[in-house]
Amino acid sequence: MELASTTFDPKPPFYRQLRLTDWLYALLVLSAAVFTFYRYGSYLDGYEAGILAGSAIGLIGLGWFWKAWRWYFPLSGLVALAAIGLYQGDLGRAQTAFGLKYLLSSQSSIMWMCTLFFLATLLYWMALLQRSELLGRIAAGLTWSASVAGLAGMFTRWYESYLIGPDIGHIPVSNLYEVFVLFCLITALMYLYYEARFAARQMGAFVLLVVSAAVGFILWYTFDRQAHEIQPLIPALQSWWMKIHVPANFIGYGAFAIAAMLGVAELMVMRGWLASRLPPAEVLDEVMYKAIAVGFLFFTIATILGAMWAADAWGGYWSWDPKETWALIVWLNYAAWLHIRLVKGWRGAPLAWWAVGGLFVTSFAFLGVNMFLSGLHSYGTL
Amino acid sequence: MTPSRRQPGLAYKVYELLSSMRFAIGLLTIIAIASVIGTVLKQNEPYPNYAFEFGQFWFTAFEWLGLYDVYHSGWFLTILAFLVVSTSLCIVRNGPGFLREMKSFREKASDTSLELMKHSTLVAGEVDREAAGRYLTAQGFRLRPGEREDGWVLAGKKGAANKLGYFFAHIALVVICIGGLMDGNLPLKLGELFGTVVPETRDLPQSQIPAHSRLGSGNLSFRGNVTIGESRSADVVFLNSGKGYLVQELPFIVTLKKFHVDYYSNGMPKLFASDIVVTDKATGKETAATVKVNHPLVVDGVAIYQASFGDGGSPLEFKAWNLAAPQAQPVKLEGTSLATQPLRVNGQSYALEFGELRVFNIEEMGGKPQSASRSLAERMHDAREVKQEKNLKNLGPSITFKLRDAQGQATEFQHYMAPFQEEGASYLVAGMRSQVSEPFQYLRLPLDADQSLATFMRLRSALLDPSLYDEIARRTGARARAGNAISAQMQGEFENSVKWILARFAQGGFVALEKFLDERVPKEKRAEVAQTYVKILQGTVPDVMAVANARAGLPPPPSDKATYRFLLDGLVATSALNDYRAPLFLQLEGFQQVQASGLQLTRSPGKTLVYLGSLMLVIGIILMFYIREVRIWIRVRNGETRLALTSNRHNRDLDADFARHAKALQQLVRGA
Repeated sequence: MELASTTFDPKPPFYRQLRLTDWLYALLVLSAAVFTFYRYGSYLDGYEAGILAGSAIGLIGLGWFWKAWRWYFPLSGLVALAAIGLYQGDLGRAQTAFGLKYLLSSQSSIMWMCTLFFLATLLYWMALLQRSELLGRIAAGLTWSASVAGLAGMFTRWYESYLIGPDIGHIPVSNLYEVFVLFCLITALMYLYYEARFAARQMGAFVLLVVSAAVGFILWYTFDRQAHEIQPLIPALQSWWMKIHVPANFIGYGAFAIAAMLGVAELMVMRGWLASRLPPAEVLDEVMYKAIAVGFLFFTIATILGAMWAADAWGGYWSWDPKETWALIVWLNYAAWLHIRLVKGWRGAPLAWWAVGGLFVTSFAFLGVNMFLSGLHSYGTL
Repeated sequence: MTPSRRQPGLAYKVYELLSSMRFAIGLLTIIAIASVIGTVLKQNEPYPNYAFEFGQFWFTAFEWLGLYDVYHSGWFLTILAFLVVSTSLCIVRNGPGFLREMKSFREKASDTSLELMKHSTLVAGEVDREAAGRYLTAQGFRLRPGEREDGWVLAGKKGAANKLGYFFAHIALVVICIGGLMDGNLPLKLGELFGTVVPETRDLPQSQIPAHSRLGSGNLSFRGNVTIGESRSADVVFLNSGKGYLVQELPFIVTLKKFHVDYYSNGMPKLFASDIVVTDKATGKETAATVKVNHPLVVDGVAIYQASFGDGGSPLEFKAWNLAAPQAQPVKLEGTSLATQPLRVNGQSYALEFGELRVFNIEEMGGKPQSASRSLAERMHDAREVKQEKNLKNLGPSITFKLRDAQGQATEFQHYMAPFQEEGASYLVAGMRSQVSEPFQYLRLPLDADQSLATFMRLRSALLDPSLYDEIARRTGARARAGNAISAQMQGEFENSVKWILARFAQGGFVALEKFLDERVPKEKRAEVAQTYVKILQGTVPDVMAVANARAGLPPPPSDKATYRFLLDGLVATSALNDYRAPLFLQLEGFQQVQASGLQLTRSPGKTLVYLGSLMLVIGIILMFYIREVRIWIRVRNGETRLALTSNRHNRDLDADFARHAKALQQLVRGA
């Protein structure tokens, strides 16, 4: 009997499932964090040191949970380090050093990200229409490459901001341009996770559409508005809260965007359009639910963090500022969506339509408030 | 369902409605829609703004609906209260059942129901009871055995915390709402409703504000603002309240020692900080601290925030040049920014209303050419550049003021203190406008080598003084003759022209000359004649300066390029001063900056509850979505073993798990 109980224990405890590569990855992240603390610790206040430790733990956890992250994250870091090496501490080299000018400076990296996302969208559609496994794999590869370029670009931009001036340097999540890059990145990465998890590459054709739309905005914002310029932080944004509030929010936005695009796909399948090429409606439905559940969690956290930040910066955790109010509306919208699904057991078309509508509400909270309404949270204007 | 024996009463029906989910969803929808109103219509503006925007009828209608402060209006708070009631009743209604379910193992589940479960399978052979128990325990199930007449059952479950998530998330909402209500201004609204609190609408000194507009320092929750000048103190804050304001007494005195403001090199603000001292009224205990944006100070449960800043009334010093008496020396004039003082000039009475003193004026002085003209390469270059070169310039201190005449007509001025440099020459820049909506129109007065207006004013006085024209015309005529520009016969006529042009110019500058041309000279000749006039003016202006200097006992001006340019600028400025609608030119000579800091003070005892509720909400959501409640049964009878599994969420993981358990069970049966 002893023998029996060991043979069929196919699900050992979590830590027993970890391989050598998992531990090596953890060691790498940990040493990077320790190095950072050792070298820059004197510039960090207690909260920032806490965020550093939390990020290290979070990144290790993410790598263990999602194996692809174990190579994606270090690779992006490595590319950024290459860029930093090329700079030799001189921002002017972005226009002269070949590697920086065409590949690695933050703006070049981000432009590569934009290009690769466009290509990936195109290929996802070709793969979908031609039922080609190979094209689908290439599309996924392009999406991964775009994500590497994007994250490396963000890291490099972070470094460049310090080259402009030590008092100007800050994490690049402080204005509309930067968060749009973040949005593309997070949406693409979350999608790549679901794609692998559900072995449904055809979803990419839809999800990458919303990423491409964001990329289009980035290009317009760069070329027409020169919004890519690094600006120093106004006093209200000089806070460690920004490092956690903004990314948490964009996990929410990204997830809601994915859900909406899957809603579109599901509605098409239900009408019989592309039905033979797309995954079954149930699968789309399940991924949509998962995306909204994770988005709702992070959006809740982000809104709470935002409230706590507001309590430090604006004098109250809730002032019914337009941004706060619209965050509440988005939250109520998805809270109602989840209630209807979980308690009433709704499935299918109504919820898919609702998820698509949710994207409009979310977009208004994200962009519309900045464009049409004035308030305290005016950090990105068009 | 069996029909209930007696009809449900009205109370029960109401209870059922309030605790139902459709009611809750309805409320969520209404709150969402109502919230939109408050974001579209700007909230808590001064009432006259609304009246102006909507007209009297709609203003009254919207006021009645409470749209100017939607989130504190009675109806909105009522909906929120309903949400709290609905959520509470939902907990009351579903809670006991959920608790029972969390405790129960459903070991009494009937064979039929096990068979009907979506995940259910029958294996031939009986599994060993001990081994099955060990296996399920190793899989994380908590077990309860049950005996049946024809065999036994082992019921297991895990993930009961999922139900706990329901409690956490829903109780969290109630907790957050209660915290929010504690910090809301409900008591204040009730006070206003019953007339015990009356907002003050007049602009009174703080000490004269009547008691019914004052709130004691014992007030549990408030959020108010106060502006304090440097070296000044405040022991109250002001609360916006509909049509007026209320005064909130503080348990301490706040003194502003110094206000700091720092800028980045591109003119964006970098730091706002106030050095304050808080003195407790009861104990006299002093707390000194620096309050910055994002770094409030908390004293006695009152948080003090850096909210805004501005001029706190700075002493100013001017040189006043009397424009109507150009020969007169300037007189010293003193004032204070943000204050009004009477002014009597040339027999007329004015009110001089000083605006804000701005010590820094960082402006972008024209950048690169815009889009259309740029090539692709340039655009790519720019797109790569995260740091754009900008031509920024600090124009130095400036003061705005309004000069209001006896009829109440006001003109607004904006005077810069520092010389504005252009191509080696210095100017004093002054802006003027008669409508607040218009942009300022600027004029530049040339400064001499001592950076003083004296030379220009001397030039102007000579230009405007007809008694000097003979002498000026004589000198200009002689020079023209000496340079063979005119013949001897022409000299007299030429000198008359000079005098005539000077007289015209003195009347109204270039505009007067142009007006004459338009009235008297045929169209086709105007350009030519105008050119002659300008030439003569330009030719005579060095002599004007020389005569002016001679009258003041000064040496004649040097005849170099810089001086000539100064003189031409002087002509332009003299002409422009004709449109300057003030009898005086106030040249800002000095100031002593006194800044003011806008502080926001809040007391919000509900914050802790709100944060506690938020934490519970997050825990609740994680438990609800990421803990899966799974129940499992192993039922042995008549030489057969049934495995059944059920969960509150069905997804692919569950199928895989069931397959795994089924396989394990088969092995166990074989092993037995």
